[in-house]
Amino acid sequence: MSETSVEKPAGACPEIRDLMIGRVDRLEGLYAGFDRAGIEISPQAPSPLPPAEVIEIKSSDWGRAAAAGREQNWRWAGVWAEDRGYDLMVNACLENHGIYAILRTHLACDHTQLPSHAPHYWAADRPERHIQDLLGICFDGHPDPRRWTRHQAWDEGAYPLRKDFPAAGSPTDTSPPDRDYPFLKAQGASVYEIPVGPVHAGIIEPGHFRFQAIGETVLNLEERLGYVHKGIEKIAEGRDPTGLALLAGRVSGDSTVGHAWAACMAMERAAGLEIPARAAHIRALLAERERVINHLWDLGALCNDVGFAFGYYQFGRLREQWLRENQSHFGHRLLMDRIVPGGVSVDVTASAVQGMRKSIAALRSELDELLTILDANSSLEDRFLGTGILPTELASALGALGFVGRASGQTFDVRKDAPYAPYDRLRVRVPTETQGDVSSRFWVRYKELRIALRLLGELLDGLPDGEVVASWLLPHEGAEGFAAVEGWRGEILCFVRFGAHNVIRRYWTRDPSVVNWPALEKLVLGNIVPDFPVCNKSVNGSYSGHDL
Amino acid sequence: MLRLYGKIFKTGVLTEIVHRPSRATLAHDASVEQAGEALKEIVDCRFRGSLAIRQVDAGSCNGCELEIHALNNVYYDVERYGVHFVASPRHADILMVTGPVSRHMQAALQRTYEATPNPKWVIAVGDCGVCGGEFGLSYASCGAVSNVIPVDLAIPGCPPTPLALLQGLLSLCGRF
Ligand code: SF4
Repeated sequence: MSETSVEKPAGACPEIRDLMIGRVDRLEGLYAGFDRAGIEISPQAPSPLPPAEVIEIKSSDWGRAAAAGREQNWRWAGVWAEDRGYDLMVNACLENHGIYAILRTHLACDHTQLPSHAPHYWAADRPERHIQDLLGICFDGHPDPRRWTRHQAWDEGAYPLRKDFPAAGSPTDTSPPDRDYPFLKAQGASVYEIPVGPVHAGIIEPGHFRFQAIGETVLNLEERLGYVHKGIEKIAEGRDPTGLALLAGRVSGDSTVGHAWAACMAMERAAGLEIPARAAHIRALLAERERVINHLWDLGALCNDVGFAFGYYQFGRLREQWLRENQSHFGHRLLMDRIVPGGVSVDVTASAVQGMRKSIAALRSELDELLTILDANSSLEDRFLGTGILPTELASALGALGFVGRASGQTFDVRKDAPYAPYDRLRVRVPTETQGDVSSRFWVRYKELRIALRLLGELLDGLPDGEVVASWLLPHEGAEGFAAVEGWRGEILCFVRFGAHNVIRRYWTRDPSVVNWPALEKLVLGNIVPDFPVCNKSVNGSYSGHDL
Repeated sequence: MLRLYGKIFKTGVLTEIVHRPSRATLAHDASVEQAGEALKEIVDCRFRGSLAIRQVDAGSCNGCELEIHALNNVYYDVERYGVHFVASPRHADILMVTGPVSRHMQAALQRTYEATPNPKWVIAVGDCGVCGGEFGLSYASCGAVSNVIPVDLAIPGCPPTPLALLQGLLSLCGRF
């Protein structure tokens, strides 16, 4: 454990020093936990993935490291693996109070057993199965041996993320449906099963839900996702930075700003590129506008799901106004392709600043008015209150993110806890509720919307002058970068590694939906089947962002 | 309740006259509003007043869905032309398909197509649906919708705006 001590900083300004000491203490706590568990670690100094710490451990210690992390209350945030040709590198990301610690280990290409994190962290279940399906790494002790991302699109025993697997694959004419997936079976008198999807009844992404119910009450819900798996991680390989930004902006259509920002930030960190202050500001403007638009949409859709058409139309109206403003100020309604490596592709004119100030004020007063109406409407309360409860302990055990976590008392927000420019200069307030029901998720959205409006105002006030894009720096071969960005759904993580000549060798991104989807399975239990749509909407997981 | 009615009254009717499209997107030189009226006429006499669309996401990033949804907001209000989105392919005249077709959705899309009664039309929506878009063909993606089921009309864009969707719909119905 001798090489693990971390020097305490001196001479920094008091606030930063406190932060850094907090950081050192927490990391030391984690290291001490590893020490007690008899795990040999070698933290990388300097970290190849700043601001995250990278800690190398032996593959045999992989499972116990998760147990030690759990004991120290570190949140499990994601896992990814990389075929480097000569070995398989596996990384798992833990987080505590804004400190990211990345555990890293190596496996021989033909020796692909690794102890599972899933027995210690619920959130690791599906991501590990995803890796098993795409890279052929078997997680020992994983409680669920079933496939997850792999249905029938490629052969058993062929692993798309291995370097020798061609991106085109060797597809058959028709991929057979995945009809033998071993769902949990319902048994007993009066218990029945409802299969739903993958083609749902509305204008919505595809996925499958299997309910077991008795009368109207949901006994169990099982999600089967992966229907929109498009091979994003694989087709990213070989792209240049601009090409990756385009692809990242399409991981999930409603989070195009969030994912493109995360990918660009990871690439910029790999290349050692500082983006201009004005570019960072504009990125945040776009991100907060994305938040506003999606929250407006969700508030409307939640009203619609309980038959309150008034809310649907009013919020939809406000959203459309903002979409049109996006078109006129930024050239795209959903803001796709506005974030590019090195900065942004659009500048903000003085008249756009004026226009946005006006629309912020207008939306504020509209929201004030709507709030009174919604508050006074008992039919909304009747359907929202006490529906789909995700208890605080469960949300914390899962590491629930964004408004789903916040409605169940989780306070984490990357913008506040691990701030990046320009949020490092802004005070980000994070609203929370503790009841964890649909109503809480509704009101957390509403409050986040108000906070986003305030942030937008501050961003417009403090918009610095200067360039909006820096010229690209060629990253050296093997350069890697890690980024965490607060998307409108919550924390988006991204890892990028470059090969030679500016080409992407590995792209991994984790949408917050990956963590939040399992929460839906739990919070719907004991509710009535007709409340499922509103429970589902209140979580609003991205299918595309999950399935990749 | 009074406040609620007050708000509705104050908001008023927002549904707008759709602007004149370029000649490139519409074969004839009438304004979309006129075409809308024409569409309504076609829908009224050929489809007994209602044209039913079943939307199928076969692998999209969900951007296209957001804009299709927008067709129903108070500004576009596509239902005024007698066009509405239905829950089952069995009720549909038109399938509106988005996304590159993921291989995992291939069979589901084919089955949805088969479940749609004849005569039926298929609209491929978005660059992905039209040509595979940013995703193209891969071990996991079949690319364009036309690689999986026959397509009658393509509406490009990433995503196409509600206006482009509306114009596409009008041009398809104008053919009959
Ligand atoms: S066309 Fe664009 S918006 Fe539509 S699904 Fe494809 S990437 Fe998404």
